[in-house]
Amino acid sequence: MRRAPQYLALAAYIAFLAFPLAWLLSTALKTPQEMAQTDPTWIPRAPTAANFADAFGEQDLVGAATRSLVVALMSSVVTVVIALPAAYAMARHRGLLNRVAIGWVLVSQVFPVILIIIPLFVILRDLELVNTLTGLVLVHVTFTLPFALWMLQGYVRAVPRELEEAAAVDGASRLRSIGAVVAPLLAPGVVATLLFAFISSWNEFLFALVVLRDPGVMTLPLTLARFVGPEGVARLGPLAAASLMATIPSLVFFAIIQRRLKSGLMAGAMKG
Amino acid sequence: MWVLMLPALVPVALFSVGPLLYGIGLAFTDARNARDHETSFVGLENLVQLLADDDFWSSFRIGMIWGVSVTVLQFLAALGLALLLNQDLRLRNVARVLAVVPWAMPPVVIGLMWKLVYHPDAGILNGLLGTDVNWLADFSLALPAIIVVGVWTGMPQTTVVLLAGLQGIPRELYEAGEVDGACRWRRFWSITLPQLRPVIVAITSLDFVWNVNQFGLVYVLTQGGPGGRTRLPMLFAYEEAFRYRYAGYASMLGLAMAVVVLAVLGLCLWRQMRETAR
Repeated sequence: MRRAPQYLALAAYIAFLAFPLAWLLSTALKTPQEMAQTDPTWIPRAPTAANFADAFGEQDLVGAATRSLVVALMSSVVTVVIALPAAYAMARHRGLLNRVAIGWVLVSQVFPVILIIIPLFVILRDLELVNTLTGLVLVHVTFTLPFALWMLQGYVRAVPRELEEAAAVDGASRLRSIGAVVAPLLAPGVVATLLFAFISSWNEFLFALVVLRDPGVMTLPLTLARFVGPEGVARLGPLAAASLMATIPSLVFFAIIQRRLKSGLMAGAMKG
Repeated sequence: MWVLMLPALVPVALFSVGPLLYGIGLAFTDARNARDHETSFVGLENLVQLLADDDFWSSFRIGMIWGVSVTVLQFLAALGLALLLNQDLRLRNVARVLAVVPWAMPPVVIGLMWKLVYHPDAGILNGLLGTDVNWLADFSLALPAIIVVGVWTGMPQTTVVLLAGLQGIPRELYEAGEVDGACRWRRFWSITLPQLRPVIVAITSLDFVWNVNQFGLVYVLTQGGPGGRTRLPMLFAYEEAFRYRYAGYASMLGLAMAVVVLAVLGLCLWRQMRETAR
C-alpha cells in the first residue's frame, strides 16, 4: 500500500498519454450518422471499418500517400548513398571537418527554419523546382544529411579498425576489406539511418508546405492538414482513419529502434 | 578523403549553409517574394519597422509564453514520469511504450488528433468536463489549449533523456545517502537533482529552442487564430513571407528570433558552466 500514490500518479500519466490516442481510434470507427449526433461516446455505438475504406477511396489521400512514399524512399536512399562515404571518411580521419559537421548539426537546430526557407524558395524557384517532388527530395536530403552523417559515423567508429587492418595484412585491397569486413558489420547502422531518413521525410511539414504550393502535388501531411479546413463533421471519420494509417510507418520505425533510443542513439544525440 | 566527403558537402553547402547566409543577408534588404521586384539594401530599416510593429510584439509575447510554459511543464511532467519509470512498478512497460508513441507520430497527425479531442461537437473534452466550449476558437482558452498539446507532444523525448540520465546515477550514492539516514525527499534534492543537472540543462535548452521554433503543430491546430491569439513568431514570419510576400521583413523577424533564442541559451549555458566550475 505504501506505493499507492505512485501507482495513482502512473495511472494519471497513462491516462493523459493514452486518451487522445483512444479518441482518435474511437472517431475512426464511428459512422457518419453517429458523428452527426451530439453527445459523443467513447465506445462507438456501431463500430465500422468503413472509414478506412473511405480514406482509400479519397483520390487526394491515396495520391498524396503515394507521393509521400516516393519522396521518403528517394530522400532516404539518396541521403544514405551520399552520407556513407563521407561518414567513413569522418570516422577514420577525425579532424576539423568532423567538428565542423557536428557544429552544423547544432547550428541547424538553433536557427529558425524560416530563415533558410525563404532564400531556399527563391533558389528552387530559379531552378524551376517549386511544385516538384524532386525539389522536395533535394530539400529533405539536405536537412537529413547532417544528422544522418553523424549517426553513420558513429556506426563506422564502432567497427574496430583492427579488423580492416587484419584484412589488409591478409592481402585484401582497401576496397575489398571495406566490402568484405566493414559492410556486413555496418548493415544494421545503415538500415537504422535509412529508416531515420525515411521517417523524417514522411513526417515533414513546413518544407513541403513551402515547396509544394499546388494541391495536385502535395504530400500526405499537407493533404491531411487541408482536409480539416471548414469541413462538416461527416468527414472527420475518414480523416481519423487516414491519420492512423499515416502514423503506421513511424510507429514501426520506433518499434524497431526502441532499444537503441534508450541507450546509444540518444546518448549520442545529446552529445551532438 | 575529401573526395568521399564531397557528395555530402555540396548539397549541405548549396541548400542549407548558403541559404542561411543568404537569409541573414535578406534581412537587411527590402526583398519581396515576387518575380519583378528590384531588391535593394535598406540597412536596419526592417529592424526599426519590426520593433515598431504591434503585431510582432504580440506574436513575440505569445511565443515567449508558449516557449517558456511548454518547456517548463514538459520538464516537470517528464521528470515525474521518468522518476516513476525508474522504479520497479507494475504497468511500467505500458507507460514506457505509451511514452514513446507521441514522439513517433507525425506532427500533423498529432494536431489533427487534438483537434478531434477539442472539437466543440464531436470532441470528447466537452463531454468529459460537461462544458460547451469551442476550445480552439476561444480568445482566452486557445493558447492554454495548444500549450497542453505542446506538452503532450514533447514530453516523451524529454522523459526518455531524463530516464537515461537517472539510470546513469551511481547506485552507491543512494546507498551512502541511506546510511546517512537521508529521507527520500532529501535524497532527491541532494543526490538526484545535482547528478542530473547537466542532462537537465541540455534537454531543457534543446526543448526551448524546438518549442520557440515550433510551426507545424500549431499551424494545423489553429493557424494562429483566433484573432492571432496563438500566432507564434514562426507562423507570423511564415505569413509575412508567403502570404504577404515580404521576404526581407520576414527574414529580419527570423533573425531577431534566432538572436533572442541564442541569447537565452547562452545565458543558461554560461550559468551552468559557472556553477560547475565552482
